[in-house]
Amino acid sequence: MDMSVIKPEFEKALIEILSQGLPLVKQPYRAIAQKLDCSEAKVIDCIQRLNQRGDIKRFGVVVRHRNLGYQANAMVVWDVPDERINEIGQCIGQYDFVTLCYQRPRRLPDWSYNLFCMIHGQNHDDVRQQVEFIVEHCDLADIQHEILFSKRCFKQRGASYRRQANHA
Amino acid sequence: MKQYSKLEQRLLNDFQDGLPLTTNPYADIAREIGVYETTVIENLRRLQSEGAISRIGAVFRPNRVGVSTLAAMAVPENKIDEVAAIVNEFDQVNHNYEREHQFNLWFVVVAADSDELAKTLKSIEQRCGYSVLDLPMLQDYFIDLGFKMQWT
Repeated sequence: MDMSVIKPEFEKALIEILSQGLPLVKQPYRAIAQKLDCSEAKVIDCIQRLNQRGDIKRFGVVVRHRNLGYQANAMVVWDVPDERINEIGQCIGQYDFVTLCYQRPRRLPDWSYNLFCMIHGQNHDDVRQQVEFIVEHCDLADIQHEILFSKRCFKQRGASYRRQANHA
Repeated sequence: MKQYSKLEQRLLNDFQDGLPLTTNPYADIAREIGVYETTVIENLRRLQSEGAISRIGAVFRPNRVGVSTLAAMAVPENKIDEVAAIVNEFDQVNHNYEREHQFNLWFVVVAADSDELAKTLKSIEQRCGYSVLDLPMLQDYFIDLGFKMQWT
């Protein structure tokens, strides 16, 4: 088998394809293999490795929330004391209506929030209720926060590493 | 909210992770639902062309490949369309949203390395004429299990 060695350039090219999306044909891995000039088994093996390494968070249907009626996509930002960030981050990150939860740096004086989470709801009230739920269950009553509702989406696509693949 | 058929609901909800790594993954899905392989493929194609699905593919751990950051700009209300269009022109930008806040334009920048990322942010600042908040991820607290729709 030709599966023992996977070159970084091959992996990059595959990652590019996987983040753009699989072809909707009967044998998508074979189609990818043809593009990359390798065997289907090599494509599948490489995806398995990326998965096992934890590089792939999930693999399947990626939906567009806005187009499914989840119009209210809100970024909620919190000014969390540094010593509580792990506890609070883990608490917020566990709820299924939360779709991202990251610590990011403060940029004082312009920006004082260091924890960001994304909440999708069917409308603003829906999102506000979820935020209240988080405040109550993660003990955040004395933590400053703001809800930044989205107004318009100008661009949304999978990350593109094409430029990088071309450099390789 | 748009009404989806039972089949569409299952396709949208139940296969956000664990797409089979088999020769005919859509046939495996079809078997699970109890429909034909071509029905699954046709429905996924249509949901994609209608914009309900962005893609069938992988969601990678942040910064697994290349480096990325979340950036924000405070743009006067009457300039937002113009500035958003400039930001969109950058190949390195993959999400770009207007949000209700003094910082009203939020976008994600992905580059091959930190050097390219810094240059891109600088170039966006110069072309737009507004300074950019650079907010890279420091710690990820979220385990992505997909997004469960609540069908009403």
